[in-house]
Amino acid sequence: MSSRPLLELQNLSTHYVSAQGTRVVRAVDEVSLCINAGETLGIVGESGSGKSTLALTILRILPPAAQIVSGKMLFEGEDLLLKSDEEMRRVRGKRIAMILQDPMASLNPLFTIGDQVAETLRVHEGASRANAWERARGLLKAVRIPSPETRVTQYPHEMSGGMRQRIVGAIGISCEPRLLIADEPTTSLDLTIQAQYLALLRDLQREHGLALIFITHNLGIVAKMCDQLAVMYAGRVVESGPVSQIFNSPTHPYTEALLSSIPRMTDNRQRLTAIDGQPPDLSSLPPGCSFAPRCPEVFDRCRMQAPPAFTTAVGRNARCWLAHASRDNPAPLRVGTGAV
Amino acid sequence: MTITSPLDSVSLSLERPARFAFIRRGDFPIIPSAIFLSIALVAIFANFLAPHNPEIGSLTARFKPPFWQAGGTTKYLLGTDQLGRDVLSRLIFGARVSMVVGLTAVMVAGFIGTALGIISGYIGGWVDQVIMRLTDTWLAIPGLTFAIFLAAIVGPSMWNIVIILGAVYWTRYARVVRGEVLSLKEREFVRLAIVAGCSKWTIMMRHILPNVVNSAIVLATLMLGVVIIAEASLSFLGVGVPPPEPAWGLMLSDGKQGLMVGYWWLTVFPGLCIMLMVLSANLLGDWLRVKLDPQLRQL
Repeated sequence: MSSRPLLELQNLSTHYVSAQGTRVVRAVDEVSLCINAGETLGIVGESGSGKSTLALTILRILPPAAQIVSGKMLFEGEDLLLKSDEEMRRVRGKRIAMILQDPMASLNPLFTIGDQVAETLRVHEGASRANAWERARGLLKAVRIPSPETRVTQYPHEMSGGMRQRIVGAIGISCEPRLLIADEPTTSLDLTIQAQYLALLRDLQREHGLALIFITHNLGIVAKMCDQLAVMYAGRVVESGPVSQIFNSPTHPYTEALLSSIPRMTDNRQRLTAIDGQPPDLSSLPPGCSFAPRCPEVFDRCRMQAPPAFTTAVGRNARCWLAHASRDNPAPLRVGTGAV
Repeated sequence: MTITSPLDSVSLSLERPARFAFIRRGDFPIIPSAIFLSIALVAIFANFLAPHNPEIGSLTARFKPPFWQAGGTTKYLLGTDQLGRDVLSRLIFGARVSMVVGLTAVMVAGFIGTALGIISGYIGGWVDQVIMRLTDTWLAIPGLTFAIFLAAIVGPSMWNIVIILGAVYWTRYARVVRGEVLSLKEREFVRLAIVAGCSKWTIMMRHILPNVVNSAIVLATLMLGVVIIAEASLSFLGVGVPPPEPAWGLMLSDGKQGLMVGYWWLTVFPGLCIMLMVLSANLLGDWLRVKLDPQLRQL
């Protein structure tokens, strides 16, 4: 495998600008991430932390109010931001595919399953109708739809939710993309179907050598599915690195708080730990670290100066002065109440 | 003790409903559809049904009343007009004019309006602004006045009337369709098509158009009555179908002087025909609207 990552985001920023240009929401702010071929990157964060906007930015299908203001997106060595709309259209579905937040509603009620699975193939590879349908049957088999021969001629309303979702998965992999972005694909499913679907995604990934970006707020899924993890807070990646390392020794207090808010069977705590306060308003961020108002380990510098991303170990980054302090300076002056 | 489960008596019937079951369900408008269908059949088979030539009369048989009145003959069942032409034959051929003009004008209007509505709603931005302001301007002009104006420019003929009515009445389609498209384009399946790399044209043709056809059809049936009235009005005013041809509006216009001297059959019969046709078209349209609207259908 080449040392060059499949997708490399460098200081990527996407802002939503209001009609008068007076309000700017920094939905994605200076995000730098890497994903290698065949790897799974999990992106976690609260609602509104910019996860979905990041996904839309990668595919360049942002709503008109959003602008990519800076950064680079190197995909297989090419900067996606320099591509024309037409070139970008040929990348979507063909080299980077995406599974949407609500796959249940992702199928057009007026067309048969076969038509819809075949559509991407016909758009990108100019496959004939008969050929595309033949391949659609194969794809349905690949996503474990029983009796694909009869299912292709059926309509979405004749399928269960889990099946529809697998069909959306089949559409996603139909052109053998290099990267699949799954934006909370399991939120609308019940738990058993969820597990099945995740297993399927993992198998597909292994078979096709797909890189997978998995956007979720379920850390349990991240632990099972992902190799790398990026934690987003207020539009920024506050911590990134290999999943096991982050789970074992989180650097950023936000990651720590997230991890301690997962309920565990072995726990004998009376109450779950919650993070106090609200995520900040992205149009008027505090001058310092955006997590500072809620951080249990906040000190003076946090309130005045936003921390850059510090490399704490090989492949690990954290945007926290603590990470910086632990390496260069001796113990900083702590003001807060300290860790609970 | 044995307990028979109540489930034993339940048999699931999986057979498809019979094809014409909707007629038996009771909400199908039988009378309006019968009227509309018979007008359509009369229009199609006008050549065989009409007892006389509608455009040539005999001047010896002018102003004959219907057969049941004194002076009427069974040769001219509904009487004759000022040129001795058979009123019944003219009504039969007039059905053809009304049907052809009504249906094609509705189609022309539907085609223009649906196309502009989809483009306006899907593309958005300045394209949307231009098309919608054009629609607003169009709607600000009274339809019939506009049609008279256009007819005066291009000259009266049946096909010109079709084009004129299409050009006047497309605005309603454009508005309704645009509204539908605005909500459709936020639906997940359209987003999936975008994510899958479909072009705007593909999305509009394959994902948007089939989903707005329902509304366009309902609007078409409701517009049919409006267009038929408009055609009759234009003919009545002398800028519609040109005189020798038998159009209902024209017959009304020709017969209006006769009304004062008791030739009532020259105006009552064509008026009745227009009324029946428009009424049946509207009732059918209403039924279809309820039928195709999932909210009113209580699904």
